[in-house]
Amino acid sequence: MGAQTKLAQFGDTSVTWILNILFYVIFVVFIFYGQRIQMYVMLREVEVSLYKLKFIKEEGRKIAVETIKEIGKPQADPTDRVDRFMEYFTIAPQNLDPAGVVWKLEHILDVRDTRFKDEVKAMAPASDETQVNNLENTLEAASALNFIYKVIRHYYLLGKKTLSLYVIMQIQMILPLVMREAEAYASALKAFAYGQPIGDGAGALVAARLMHGHETRKIAKDCVVATVPYEGRTAFVIKAEGPGGNVGKPGDAVKAIIEENEGKIATVIMIDAALKLEGEELGEVAEGVGAAIGGPGVDQYKIEDSLLKYHISINAVVIKEDIGDAVSPLRKEIFDSTDKVLERVKQVVLDKTKEGDKVIIAGIGNTIGMGQ
Amino acid sequence: MNEMTEASKSTTTTRISSFLLLVVFITLALSLVALILSVTIIGENSDAAWVLLLLGLLGVAISTYVLVQTRRRLSKLKIVVPPVTTTIECKKCGIKNVREFQRGDYIFKETEPCQKCSDKMLITAIYREVKEKEKERFPF
Repeated sequence: MGAQTKLAQFGDTSVTWILNILFYVIFVVFIFYGQRIQMYVMLREVEVSLYKLKFIKEEGRKIAVETIKEIGKPQADPTDRVDRFMEYFTIAPQNLDPAGVVWKLEHILDVRDTRFKDEVKAMAPASDETQVNNLENTLEAASALNFIYKVIRHYYLLGKKTLSLYVIMQIQMILPLVMREAEAYASALKAFAYGQPIGDGAGALVAARLMHGHETRKIAKDCVVATVPYEGRTAFVIKAEGPGGNVGKPGDAVKAIIEENEGKIATVIMIDAALKLEGEELGEVAEGVGAAIGGPGVDQYKIEDSLLKYHISINAVVIKEDIGDAVSPLRKEIFDSTDKVLERVKQVVLDKTKEGDKVIIAGIGNTIGMGQ
Repeated sequence: MNEMTEASKSTTTTRISSFLLLVVFITLALSLVALILSVTIIGENSDAAWVLLLLGLLGVAISTYVLVQTRRRLSKLKIVVPPVTTTIECKKCGIKNVREFQRGDYIFKETEPCQKCSDKMLITAIYREVKEKEKERFPF
């Protein structure tokens, strides 16, 4: 009752005064500390994402360890080896003198690949070739998540230490894109662990559909080719050797076929998954010219070099998808679009070549979960 | 099959800062007191009652928002594994089976014999179906 009486005595002027003072205090605080408050809000936002990244990274590591234990049946606990694998790095070759840098890069990538495979075989001794490839992909996805987490943590801590708005701002601005990529890798982990086909393998799937039922032979490292009679022409269909997760060396494969046929190839058609822009439909098929292949550029260089030597034309058919769909289990829309791609390939072959010609059809991408 | 079901279960962390919870609950309690007081004194001093009412509502709104946001953030922390289906076909008699993906499945793998003609069946498709939310309509 006493408190009520006191509150009742709270006069009109007092309330107005308090509100006025409060307003001025807030005004002054925002003038002097507005930027700092904004910075703390940004830091908090980065911190929340960092928690999420840490969770995803830990889950990735857990999935990798569990899969190795389940498939590889190791005698010792592979956790330490997995942790070591996640910290592996590759140093790009020096390019002050760019001549020959492609071969240096190729050599380093080969060494890296061999090292990774040896490491996976040591971690999972009971796994076969296909499983080694899948485990390698799983570990690479876990490693990518670990790297993303560390970079974001670096900028977060640096921002906190220096209290520099610009350090925090640059990481906060790209955070939504980084999170999208991290989430994509998180879904890729499970796909790799189970050996499910992924969106990136759309090109390889088209090639697999073309070569299925025909005899295949190994043409380059982790790459197979089938000679397929196609609309009165001879098609050399190339893809990475499945069903393990690998992309092969399509550059070497295309070069080898061209050399085998002494350059008498009417055209080369490359099929690959391509990043779609926002607003474009998933699984949309587009056609163009040029070597449709991603990666570090070694294979693209080799293909372009071989084509130039014999003046062979090159066509590309791509299937549009975003980064999340590219590394996560194959979506129905992408699977269905392979029918449209086959139609387009047929059209290109009919338009650009004549009966009796030889063509190369290369399906590019990770062939995980796809045979031939 | 089992491993897929197990993997489909989402994992969440249950770590919420106890300090944050304490602050939220104190704010909520003080806001409720302010609301009750404002109702009690509204007849005697309307200005003070309005101020208390405003502060009380603001406090309740902020603390509820913080609580909801924390819950939402926690529920987002999971790796969702979408169901992947495998389509098996008999090329001879055209029978088609669709089942959940099993480890070891791959496209163009020969599987068990067909129940109708005993010919080997073939995995012809492995994919996941995503039910998209209704797309926002853009004029471009």
